[in-house]
Amino acid sequence: MSIEMTLQRTPDASARSLAETAARRDPRAEPTVVRYAIITLAIAFLSIFVVLPLVVVFVEAFGKGISAYLSALADPEALSAIRLTLGVAAVSVGTNLVFGLAAAWAIAKFDFPGKTFLITLIDLPFSVSPVISGLVFVLLFGAQGFFGPWLQAHDLQILFAFPGITLATIFVTFPFVARALIPLMQEQGTQEEEAAISLGASGLQTFFRVTLPNIKWGVLYGVLLCNARAMGEFGAVSVVSGHIRGETNTMPLLVEILYNEYQMVASFAIASLLAMLALITLIAKTILERNIDGDLPHDH
Amino acid sequence: MTIEARGVVKTFGSFKALDGVDLKVANGELLALLGPSGSGKTTLLRIIAGLEWPDAGEILFDGENALDRGARERHVGFVFQHYALFRHMSVFENVAFGLRVQPRSIRKSEAQIRARVKELLDLVQLDWLADRYPSQLSGGQRQRIALARALAIEPRILLLDEPFGALDAKVRKELRQWLRTLHHSINVTSIFVTHDQEEALEVAHRVVVMDKGRIEQVGSPNDVYDSPATAFVHGFIGESIMLPVEITGGAVHLNGRPLDIAAEGAAAGASTLFVRRHDMLIGPADSGTLHGAVTHVRSFGPVQRAEIALTEGSTIEIDAPRDRELRIGDRIGLKPRHYRIFAGG
Repeated sequence: MSIEMTLQRTPDASARSLAETAARRDPRAEPTVVRYAIITLAIAFLSIFVVLPLVVVFVEAFGKGISAYLSALADPEALSAIRLTLGVAAVSVGTNLVFGLAAAWAIAKFDFPGKTFLITLIDLPFSVSPVISGLVFVLLFGAQGFFGPWLQAHDLQILFAFPGITLATIFVTFPFVARALIPLMQEQGTQEEEAAISLGASGLQTFFRVTLPNIKWGVLYGVLLCNARAMGEFGAVSVVSGHIRGETNTMPLLVEILYNEYQMVASFAIASLLAMLALITLIAKTILERNIDGDLPHDH
Repeated sequence: MTIEARGVVKTFGSFKALDGVDLKVANGELLALLGPSGSGKTTLLRIIAGLEWPDAGEILFDGENALDRGARERHVGFVFQHYALFRHMSVFENVAFGLRVQPRSIRKSEAQIRARVKELLDLVQLDWLADRYPSQLSGGQRQRIALARALAIEPRILLLDEPFGALDAKVRKELRQWLRTLHHSINVTSIFVTHDQEEALEVAHRVVVMDKGRIEQVGSPNDVYDSPATAFVHGFIGESIMLPVEITGGAVHLNGRPLDIAAEGAAAGASTLFVRRHDMLIGPADSGTLHGAVTHVRSFGPVQRAEIALTEGSTIEIDAPRDRELRIGDRIGLKPRHYRIFAGG
């Protein structure tokens, strides 16, 4: 009633007061000073803790020119580390893709006793320090370890070799694929699978024609994060690697060794490769996240 | 094909979803399973489809044990409540799915599959949507595509779970008539689940009313509406006035006062008197067997609904023709034209 009266008398004044009320009511409308202060703080923090280190890596890597950078990467030790890292990552990601899919499938689509326990177990590698994860394998496969004598008797080398490094990496990176898929598959439910089966599809047909296409972006997302961690893992791998030069040093391990030997260009050149991997991962992750949103159910 | 359920029991944990269900469905029949949520109707449908397994009992298709076969081998067309269309496939591929996953030995050629899908899309009048994806369709369109997909495998039985549950009222009415017409033309034994009595009574040949995992009544829409077999059915279908009464010495008492209606053989003890809202005849205050004052009147459609505070101590709602003038404060007498008395308070 009071608004009507004001409108009749002085339309300008009332319009202004309405706008003011609206501004006061808008919960997002912080005072300009506060807004800029918060934005500046956030950007400053990110610059110091994220952008600056990244820039330093590249500045140091190219500190003595491109040719020094390239020759550092062409060093046999560096090439061996890159090969080892790629090999370990390929096997770990492949293994975790299969087991992650199986675990996510079991958890999201079926009810069984011990399900909650399995979900907790999947998260274990995230909650254990990587050094401890590595140590577990030493205790299992080391000379004094549980399987040590048996392995020695059969002349099998696991620790300080490719199998050990791969096992430690698989353990540390296991949660990524499963974690990416469980919420997505739970959200999607089992109705499409039931529809496929009632239409006469076999289990395999249902998996490859219905389940997998529905989660393909989630799978890629998990693989991407799993790969980034597999290539970058330091702690667990450091314990089981044995640091044999040109043989069991992965890229992160080599970065540390070269740095400790004051070979700055070589050290940062390898580090720059890992940094680029991180940047590519970040961009790919952003794109994938957008696609996963499209896979979530929208007809409920 | 005929369907028969014998003594079907199903429990989920401590919840008894089905508690000994016996049902026979005739060949070519269109049957509705009607009941409130949790009555077990969807569980029964899923057991018939093979998506759920009973703890006890038998399911027979044409007299043969269906429990020997999984959902894959039963040739049952199932339409899900939320359609469950394959979200990454076009409408065409959704409908073609059942044909494409057939074993190579009996699979149709690509040309035959295309022709069959075209035919089905024509049947549901949506051939122009073949290249769209499910997310681009309206609810009613998704529903019809889900039906076309289920029909592609030439099912021996068609099962529909709350087929119109997620649609708005207007689309629902259109699809109801359409489903009835469609059933008439394809003539496949069909069962649909619904919690909407109007839907069940309007579409189905026979209605199965369920509550708490048991079948309360099976009958034609007229049967279940006009002669409900149990208090639950009377209360669930149509709108009823329920009054707690006491039967003593063959007479009906409301709050200790005898009513001028026959007990119709109801057993002595606490009982409930059921009367349809439109079956209450209105007369002057000194007539009838129930008396009260009008406390509220609303008019809509062909009737007016009046709230009556009975002098016997309850408040009831009745439907009266609009030409019978009722004002708040009017004192009136009421007499039930038809009524039923069921034991229990």
